[in-house]
Amino acid sequence: MTALLHVESLGKRFGGFVALDGIELEVQDGERLGLIGPNGSGKSTLVNCICGTLQNEAGSVRFAGQALDGLSAHERTRRGLARSFQLPRPFASLSLAENLRIPILYTVNARGTGGLAGAAIDARCRDLLGEVGLAEKADRLPRDLTQIEMRKLELARAMAAQPKLLIADEAMAGLSHAEVDEIIALLIRLNGQGVTVIMIEHIMRAVMEFSQRLAVLVAGKKIADGPPKDVVRNEEVVRAYLGE
Amino acid sequence: MRGGPFILVLIAVAAVIFGLARWLDNSYAFFVGYVVVQYIVLGTAWNILGGYTGYVNFGITAFFAIGAYSSVVLHKLVPAMPLPAMIVVGGLMAGIVGVGTGYLTLRLRGVYFSIATLALAVVVQTLITNWDFVGGARGAYVLRPRTAPLIGGGYIDYLFLIMLGLCVAALATARAIERSALGFGFAAIRDDEAAAEASGVPTLKLKLIATGLSGGFMGMAGAPLPFYVTYLDPSSGFSLNYAVNAIAMPLIGGTSSWLGPVVGAVLVGGLQEYLRVTISSAVNVLVAGVLMVVFVIIAPQGIVGLFKRKRR
Repeated sequence: MTALLHVESLGKRFGGFVALDGIELEVQDGERLGLIGPNGSGKSTLVNCICGTLQNEAGSVRFAGQALDGLSAHERTRRGLARSFQLPRPFASLSLAENLRIPILYTVNARGTGGLAGAAIDARCRDLLGEVGLAEKADRLPRDLTQIEMRKLELARAMAAQPKLLIADEAMAGLSHAEVDEIIALLIRLNGQGVTVIMIEHIMRAVMEFSQRLAVLVAGKKIADGPPKDVVRNEEVVRAYLGE
Repeated sequence: MRGGPFILVLIAVAAVIFGLARWLDNSYAFFVGYVVVQYIVLGTAWNILGGYTGYVNFGITAFFAIGAYSSVVLHKLVPAMPLPAMIVVGGLMAGIVGVGTGYLTLRLRGVYFSIATLALAVVVQTLITNWDFVGGARGAYVLRPRTAPLIGGGYIDYLFLIMLGLCVAALATARAIERSALGFGFAAIRDDEAAAEASGVPTLKLKLIATGLSGGFMGMAGAPLPFYVTYLDPSSGFSLNYAVNAIAMPLIGGTSSWLGPVVGAVLVGGLQEYLRVTISSAVNVLVAGVLMVVFVIIAPQGIVGLFKRKRR
């Protein structure tokens, strides 16, 4: 496998607070990486720096062999880097199908090759909604969705951009046991279609089930990285989660 | 209906309205018609930025007056310049200011953006008030021709026809935006700018397009004003009426569709003109303000939004 994402010495401060301190992270093409850490450890800041929502002050982010530093979020999405948000952020005035139309129009079509037009866009939106079990609600507004359906819409919208790498930021927060299983199965299925997935999560059962590799952030630093079974036994990780 | 037939229908409706006004042979009908159609253009222009992208512009009078004073300048420099050319120049000037405003305020959202546009109106009014070439605080007289070029009749007939043409252009543009990738991009920005960026929408570029188009149409709506009023001073060019009506009409008619500003302008503009001749011209802003408050409470999506909700 070759490295799809390469994060090197990444640093980010908010005033005097060091949110990320020299983060090194590599994600291989086709891999399923779990990223965990206590609240405030810098997981979301790392995602925001990778995706371009925030600009890092030190270090660099390389994706598919190209430097992303200085690029805006939409340019990074067009290069194949998609994300779902911790709190679902649907386009509230648009139907579910129209929610998926946006990334197709502005990402897939903007790439120049393999663009869709007219009825093909609508068909693609409905296919994607079908894949996450929302086909019947394609013409409804997001306000009609349940919590898990909202999460599925968020993932479907990210997938509509046909990404090489999907970052799912706490896609299972607030879901029931059965719903968590559903999202895990969905993410594994997406990975099976060739999409590299980084899953940020607090639910350890989901993390262990999903991840081929696990990285742990604590206070803006990466303290562990390796096979999940080894990482959860790591003394530093145990100390960070359970205390001295 | 596709774009081409839609424009033909708009042109046909405009032609019928113009024909009807000529058949009435009453100059008051032209004056009232001009005001209502001007507000359709102004409301549509506001809606491109405020309704489609969610960026509420309070600086309407700045763009409107830039168009109006462009005509004053051009009329002084090149008296023979035809009005359509002045409208193009006025629209370009206001459009450029719109893009500049968009660029300078790109980091501002919500109420902060609105305050910045309000400040723009104050800055432009101050500049105009202190610019002697356009009459400064005294104002400037514009002598309009007695008869209309090409079509004959009074010059007000010509102004009304020009404004109808602008209205067709503004409505055709607004509807084309709604049904295009640009319209979906605007809607994404309005609903959630961060999610729009994450979906590949170049938000800055789209906001600049919206501010440019919106400012441009406002400037075009203002360009014929000096020939309509024949005397333009800062208090009339920057009148609160324009700002309140341009916001109230789309809000009352509905901001999600090109039809909203049309419904709002016909309803509010028509009511204002009726009250102007039956009660007093001073009730204009009051009517718009009261209707705006009522609609924000009972129908926040406007009249068109009410019907859309029922269908959904």
